[in-house]
Amino acid sequence: MVSINVTVDGRSESHDVEPRLLLVHYLRDVVGKVGTPIGCDTSNCGACTVSFNGQSIKSCSMLAVQADGGDVLTIEGLAGTVETDLHPMQEAFRECHGLQCGYCTPGMIMAACDLLKENPNPSEAEIREGIEGNLCRCTGYHNIVRAVQTAAASMSGTGVSS
Amino acid sequence: MIPAGFDYVRVNSAADAVAALQTSEDAKILGGGQSLIPILRLRLATPELIVDVSGVAEMNGIREDGDAIVIGAGTTHHDVTTSDLVRTHAPLLAQATATVADPQVRHRGTFGGAIAHADPAGDLPGVALVHNATMTIAGPAGTREVAAADFFLDYLTTTLAEDEVLVSIRLPKLGAGWGTHYEKFTRVAQSWSIVAVAAAVRRENGSIAEARVALTNMAPTHLRAAAVESALTGAAASAEAIKAASQAAAEGTSPTSDLNAQADYRAELARVLTGRAVAKAAGLS
Ligand SMILES: Cc1cc2nc3c(=O)[nH]c(=O)nc-3n(C[C@H](O)[C@H](O)[C@H](O)COP(=O)(O)OP(=O)(O)OC[C@H]3O[C@@H](n4cnc5c(N)ncnc54)[C@H](O)[C@@H]3O)c2cc1C
Repeated sequence: MVSINVTVDGRSESHDVEPRLLLVHYLRDVVGKVGTPIGCDTSNCGACTVSFNGQSIKSCSMLAVQADGGDVLTIEGLAGTVETDLHPMQEAFRECHGLQCGYCTPGMIMAACDLLKENPNPSEAEIREGIEGNLCRCTGYHNIVRAVQTAAASMSGTGVSS
Repeated sequence: MIPAGFDYVRVNSAADAVAALQTSEDAKILGGGQSLIPILRLRLATPELIVDVSGVAEMNGIREDGDAIVIGAGTTHHDVTTSDLVRTHAPLLAQATATVADPQVRHRGTFGGAIAHADPAGDLPGVALVHNATMTIAGPAGTREVAAADFFLDYLTTTLAEDEVLVSIRLPKLGAGWGTHYEKFTRVAQSWSIVAVAAAVRRENGSIAEARVALTNMAPTHLRAAAVESALTGAAASAEAIKAASQAAAEGTSPTSDLNAQADYRAELARVLTGRAVAKAAGLS
């Protein structure tokens, strides 16, 4: 076992973990952040996307031991970064029907927030490329793209840093 | 799926990584983990020891060194594509790296990991070949340098020994007069190349003075399209001349047939994509 210290959604966590434990299993089974789902076995689907030290990553493709000393933000902590009940990206997904079954949504929202951090005003093509690491099998992406555009508009000038 | 159990050690220098590798018969280096962790999860590999080099400062970052830039093996794809030094002196690498996978994978995956992994469908070994890159490798006997042309030996196989670590990659600058382009063919987003072509062309007075062309996924390793390169040398920088030279692109290749493409289709792609890549590198389209 290896002992690790990780900040998860603003709270400091310390645990002894097996080296083979994936970050996503650590978040779900050890810390209890079940808002982050597991979608695939191949690192393709992006459902488990979280922010690690400020950058989007697939938490199924990183070991928990590699997160030692780092800062993880999951979908569960996202709203805690703003004053409103929901983060503007979450609000926009609701507003624009950017989800149907909802399985991809936590990862999609985390990836979309990361995209706006690098590019606060993306074109439609840039949005589609920016979320290419996240698969949605319901929406056909159309309303997801609209949601990201809506969030970009509402976040510009609000001081929300995504 | 969950990887089989392994011991884990995080090291702070390339020398410590080499020392750690020597403590086990069955050790693996972990860079960004974007190829290795999926492999561990599918239990295609079950190493006894994982040596994590992702925190090694001397293996991270990009610096200018005279007529070259030197990129630490642990530099992430994201840091490569956003680097001004890379964009200025190796725009082909910036362009090809931006096509690798997706933003999340580019935040973790590293240049050195992609080179060491040597997947024939990977986008970066071909760029190393076109740049005539040199790999700096640390091992028990010290450091050695290997030219890209001698580095890739076979499918997923390089000259790296079990107890060696890729430390950095040196890319001679492609400066004034050179144009470059990476042409990648895929069917869907975030996917590997079915075939891709990296091209660099130096023009002089309306003709092509020098051309370098590397093919992705046309053989067990990346390879230079030597017949195209010699046909282009001294040719007019015209659409017709480039198209004619590109007909030789599949010479000496041995593409596979798989779910994405049959071998003869890959050969045709190599010819077509070479034409496009060279024309764009020559500033024609
Ligand atoms: C969904 C998905 C899509 C992808 N699409 C593409 C794509 O389109 N094009 C593409 O080129 N790649 C693609 N990749 C692979 C990606 O480029 C990987 O990041 C890269 O192949 C491996 O780099 P890494 O740092 O993650 O290495 P790791 O996964 O950590 O290691 C890979 C191998 O290299 C060895 N290694 C790593 N670092 C070193 C070192 N410094 N010295 C010696 N050996 C080392 C490891 O032991 C292992 O054998 C994709 C990956 C995923 C998950």
